[in-house]
Amino acid sequence: MPPFVHPSESTGTLSSRPEHSSESPLSIHAMTVAYQRKPVLWDVDYDAPPNKLIAIVGPNGAGKSTLIKASLGLIPRASGQVEFWGGSYKQSRARVGYVPQRESVDWDFPVSALDVVAMGRYRRIGWCRPVSRKHKDIALACLDHVGMRDLAHRQISQLSGGQQQRVFLARALAQEADLYFMDEPFAGVDAATERSIIKVLRELKENGKTVIVVHHDLQTVPTYFDEAILLNMRIVASGPVPEVFTEDNLQKTYGGRLTLLSEASEAVARASRGER
Amino acid sequence: MQSPGLSISEIVETLTFQSGFNTNVVILGTTLLGFASGIIGVFALLRKRALMTDALSHATLPGIAIAFLAAQSLGFQRRSIPILLIGATISGVIGIVCIQFILRHTRLREDTAIGIILSVFFGAGIVGLSYVQSNAPNNSAGLNAFIYGQAATMSSSDVILMGSIAVIAVLATLLLLKEFTLVCFNDSFAKVDGWPVSIVDLLMMALVVIVTVAGLQAVGLILVVAMLIIPPVSARFWTDRVWKLVLIAGLIGALSAYTGSVISALLPRKPAGAVIVLTSGVFFALSMFLAPSRGVIAASIRLLRIRLRIAGDHVLELSHDLNVSTIPNQAFDELSRIRGWSLPLRWLLLRALKHDDSVVRLSNDGLVLSAKGVARGHRVARNHMLWEQYLVSYADIAPSHVDWSVDQVEHVLSARLVARLEQELAKQGIDIPPATPMKPGGAG
Repeated sequence: MPPFVHPSESTGTLSSRPEHSSESPLSIHAMTVAYQRKPVLWDVDYDAPPNKLIAIVGPNGAGKSTLIKASLGLIPRASGQVEFWGGSYKQSRARVGYVPQRESVDWDFPVSALDVVAMGRYRRIGWCRPVSRKHKDIALACLDHVGMRDLAHRQISQLSGGQQQRVFLARALAQEADLYFMDEPFAGVDAATERSIIKVLRELKENGKTVIVVHHDLQTVPTYFDEAILLNMRIVASGPVPEVFTEDNLQKTYGGRLTLLSEASEAVARASRGER
Repeated sequence: MQSPGLSISEIVETLTFQSGFNTNVVILGTTLLGFASGIIGVFALLRKRALMTDALSHATLPGIAIAFLAAQSLGFQRRSIPILLIGATISGVIGIVCIQFILRHTRLREDTAIGIILSVFFGAGIVGLSYVQSNAPNNSAGLNAFIYGQAATMSSSDVILMGSIAVIAVLATLLLLKEFTLVCFNDSFAKVDGWPVSIVDLLMMALVVIVTVAGLQAVGLILVVAMLIIPPVSARFWTDRVWKLVLIAGLIGALSAYTGSVISALLPRKPAGAVIVLTSGVFFALSMFLAPSRGVIAASIRLLRIRLRIAGDHVLELSHDLNVSTIPNQAFDELSRIRGWSLPLRWLLLRALKHDDSVVRLSNDGLVLSAKGVARGHRVARNHMLWEQYLVSYADIAPSHVDWSVDQVEHVLSARLVARLEQELAKQGIDIPPATPMKPGGAG
């Protein structure tokens, strides 16, 4: 299907980047995603620059989480390809870390904070083997890194929302990845957690990692992030924050100009359900 | 008919496997089954598949009927248990696949899909059974046992089967506890991390299928879900760790199956399956009420303690407000009326205050406070005032509106929070009352 908005028109800085180079930790090409046959992301093209902190911003329902989940293959793509360092996800998944949305799990689950962080070590431990002392120590160090060592043996339901978020962050650290996806890590956290997360993000960057974060607070984007993806069912703009954070782009992202796109989505959904 | 009088020796004999080979077989077989299903049930519970398990067991019935007919047409004269169980497995799995199909291709919710498949398959099974019974009435006797269970028909080969299943359950849990836990807790993370989530899920489901089908004969397809779900749910009250959960659930499952089948052996014509489920129900009730931290009683006691502490704060605050060290009975009655404290609560409250050494004794004048009690009253009143000031000067709340929230907060302020409040208010140049109580005057 022909894209509604030609990518090169909407993304500006994209064309200046090398396409699908093995330098780029994440290359998305012509990706469209649909939920129950209703398109929620249209024809996304994006190349993530290496060693940057990248924010995905956009209004509710813009497809921010969907962009992450579809890139990681958690939800099926209607079309398009995603490459990691120029290869398939399967080849590079040992280098990819993930922080899911906090609400996506049952926090009354019978595990301790340390148990959850140790899950980040599982792929290095491998099948059918218990978590050894060495991996437990690494998990503890990761908890320490987010200021949670004292709470390592707490059952996770006894942690505050911010502490739970830090447990998830520590688990991602335990994965020792090169590219991180984080889904709303700042959502509903206290000031101490926010500081802890931003400290970790900066350290990750210093160590040459790339972090892609779904973020909901426009105000903090310029201080926290190097790059931004403005998203509203398609990529409105992407690139260094000072370049893409223009009034025009924000208006395009958050303003009510996208009614045509969402109406088209509804039409596609109706047609595929066999309705008129 | 004589009433079945039970002697102690008879009970002891049954409990200790001395009451005949057949009884022993039943007790041993169901105990092993209870152990295995308790363990496997943990993962069904943690993966939120409890209802799915019920659908699975109900969906086995048409397979049993069809397998019986197939066995007959192949020339088997008597009902062959292995063939029936294979039939049960196949149709149970078809039932699960149907649920998944409905979920994938419609907008129906899981509970709806499960309800539909469970009842339709069970209905099909009933129709199939009645067809079998009207066409082959001689050989089909005992097929009903799959619905309600008939542990008494267990043979020694069944015990070997249950034993092997228990071994499989233990081995699978030992080897795959980490993988099962990961997928149950956070499947999307597991998938990104490179674990084949659908294969792990399939393994867990296969274990559930094995236990369910093995339990059909003993407890019947209606009640087998209870053996998978009740032990882990009961165990959850006692622990916050997965491996302990597995262990305790296995033990509760084995213990209720053992107790249940012993009881049913002692009381003639009481079906073992139903008694086992009732026994595990008792374990559940005990766990729910008595468990130390998650139990209902422990929780109520905790709640009562907090209520008493807060009520105590209110009482002692009176000494500050009235500037006395003996709170007049009148004032205490008035406070109780305003707060709506019942007589038992007042009684408990006075006991708690005495226990706490806040109140020395009850005299005719009223509650005689100790120095500690006076200090506590002063502290609470001071916290109240600090918080009120804070709300008025920082949160822009009108002075007339702060009372409710102050009432909640004054009792929970930690020393650290109080120190910060003091700092904030001092910055505003607001007068802070001294931390030590003023000398109480009046009728002290």
